[in-house]
Amino acid sequence: MKQVLKRLIGAIPVLIGVVLLIFLMLRVIPGNPVLTLLGEHYSDAAIERLTLSMGLDKPILVQFFNYVIGLFQGDLGTSYKYSRAVSEMIMDAFPYTLKLACMGVVFAWVVGLTSGIIAAIRQNRLLDRMFMGFALMGVSMPVFMTSLFLQYIFAFQLKWFPLTSTGSFISMILPAIALGWNSAGSIARMTRSSLIEVMQADYIDTAKAKGLFKAAVIMKHALKNSLLPVITMMALQLASMLSGAVITETVFAIPGIGRLATTAIGNRDMPVLQGTILFTTVIVILGNLLADLLYSALDPRIRKGN
Amino acid sequence: MNQENVLEIRGLKSYFFTEKGVVPAVDEVDLIVPKGKIIGLVGESGCGKSMTAKSVMGLLRFPGKIAEGSILYDGKDLAQYKDKELRKYCGKEISMIFQEPMTSLNPVLKVGRQVRETLLIHDRSLNKSQAKEKTIEIFRSVGIPEPEKRYNSYPHELSGGLRQRVMIAMAMICKPKLLIADEPTTALDVTIEAQILRLMKQLRDETGTSILIITHNLGVIAEICDYVYVMYAGKIMEQAETFELFDHTMHPYTKGLVASIPRIGKNPERLYTIPGVVPNLLHLPKGCAFSNRCQYATDRCRSEKATLICAGEDHYIRCFHVEEELAGTGGAPLQADLTQAEPEQAELTQAKPADTQSVSTEVQA
Ligand SMILES: Nc1ncnc2c1ncn2[C@@H]1O[C@H](COP(=O)(O)OP(=O)(O)O)[C@@H](O)[C@H]1O
Ligand code: SF4
Ligand SMILES: [Mg+2]
Repeated sequence: MKQVLKRLIGAIPVLIGVVLLIFLMLRVIPGNPVLTLLGEHYSDAAIERLTLSMGLDKPILVQFFNYVIGLFQGDLGTSYKYSRAVSEMIMDAFPYTLKLACMGVVFAWVVGLTSGIIAAIRQNRLLDRMFMGFALMGVSMPVFMTSLFLQYIFAFQLKWFPLTSTGSFISMILPAIALGWNSAGSIARMTRSSLIEVMQADYIDTAKAKGLFKAAVIMKHALKNSLLPVITMMALQLASMLSGAVITETVFAIPGIGRLATTAIGNRDMPVLQGTILFTTVIVILGNLLADLLYSALDPRIRKGN
Repeated sequence: MNQENVLEIRGLKSYFFTEKGVVPAVDEVDLIVPKGKIIGLVGESGCGKSMTAKSVMGLLRFPGKIAEGSILYDGKDLAQYKDKELRKYCGKEISMIFQEPMTSLNPVLKVGRQVRETLLIHDRSLNKSQAKEKTIEIFRSVGIPEPEKRYNSYPHELSGGLRQRVMIAMAMICKPKLLIADEPTTALDVTIEAQILRLMKQLRDETGTSILIITHNLGVIAEICDYVYVMYAGKIMEQAETFELFDHTMHPYTKGLVASIPRIGKNPERLYTIPGVVPNLLHLPKGCAFSNRCQYATDRCRSEKATLICAGEDHYIRCFHVEEELAGTGGAPLQADLTQAEPEQAELTQAKPADTQSVSTEVQA
């Protein structure tokens, strides 16, 4: 418990840094949001009115201060474009992203782990080669390519799945695979190499010398040890999962956080962009924290504070 | 096989079939473990001692495998067994402890569970709490203090000596007929070593378990073994009862090992070590494997391989020099079929010091 608290407190400086960075980054990017909002026909008076109402006339420090104050009140600002509370828009979009990410993660973990374990057991045999081929494909293809590829084959040609997603389970399957394939590939490769390495350890000889069969040796002695590094990686992939979601959501027209962010970029809708990035960052930080805790729960050497 | 023996290894060849060539890690080894005896297998590191033990337990890893020979246990040839059949014996009838108590226990499982597991594998009638009780019992009998508390310890929470006691408990819990201990005390300091050796001897006396103890330290052999095999580069070089071996050391290699035993009162920094290194098993000298380090080596030694001959009561050696000495002084009779053919006039391969790791006889300070 103490450790959890320590880690949580440790995350605070990171969060402050991120807020600062996001805020500055978006001010540095060229282009005037007011002009973007007004479209082609505008008058100087209109520009002035809008600039004032958006608070963009104030010095940048004041703007930052106001922004942080707002954050503490759970206020992520108001969308320039839609005049809606950003927090509300995020809450509307988040369930889609969550569903997509969850399905993607489940796919990545289940498929990645099982194929990695099987590949390790059948090292250098046909099944190993096959699984590792798929893994390599997943790892080397960018998400937009896997997305388009899956969409073309299974939705457009075979018509097994709808082209775009409505948020229903069936319509989320292709996006989830597109999103999870990459991670599944890295997880499979890492599980395989880690398991093969652990199988060289002395305590594996001990386990065999006890009279355990190969399958039991793997399940009872090798797996837990070999998954320690994999778990760390799985958590790190949460971040790539979220960035992948941006692309998958666009390809399959899913109204999630990713699409919210891309649309916001198009509209130069800074509050929305800031909000989505901040929100995602918090999730990634929490994910990493969770992974660390899981890791130490699995490894008694860390648990005891070594 | 002889009913008085627990284990008979006959003509065992365990080779590694690597890309660079065949590595004869164990080459035609004959080794017998009689019932209730403690047998020693000694030699510098890299000589093939562990591979001999692993051959018995079916633990050779690719590209290593048993190329020839038999491992007779209870009238059955374990060398012919598939992994599945062999596992039924391992842990129950034959068990093994390893050199590194640091790495031989699974770091993420409590030691009690790891010991209990052995019991549960082989005795299906036990439930977990009965097995736990038995585990605590054996912890007590191998001298682990506070066994109930230690049951729930993780390996990293125990000292090296305690970990090795856990390994012994794990190996002994099913009351095996044969215990193979591969350098059980090498990683431990001298006082702990003495305790562990005493414990193994005591277990043998109580349970009648035969022990094959592997070591590079003749001091350990002198301490507890009844009979000794001296191994070099995959081959047995000399074998005799312990007392006989120390009393009538014959083989130049064994003499080197004996000379490098640390003795009380001597300056440990000026210990004798056998000059040179163990040759790379991929490029063994044509003749005697020891010829590149032996002060008695002759041209014959470099071109011909000596065979194991009887040099006294239950005392065998593999060395031309000793052979000639014995013949000259009319010593023990040689076996008739072992008379050597004329040395062939083949080119004399100059034994080159190998590119293996430089290993001189290791000595415990
Ligand atoms: N994987 C391997 N590939 C090739 N040779 C090996 C392999 N493992 C061990 N060996 C060879 O087996 C020899 C004997 O090793 P080992 O039995 O462990 O020696 P020790 O007497 O120290 O226990 C080593 O010198 C090495 O040349
Ligand atoms: S056979 Fe020759 S080289 Fe080998 S140990 Fe004897 S004397 Fe030395
Ligand atoms: Mg060894």
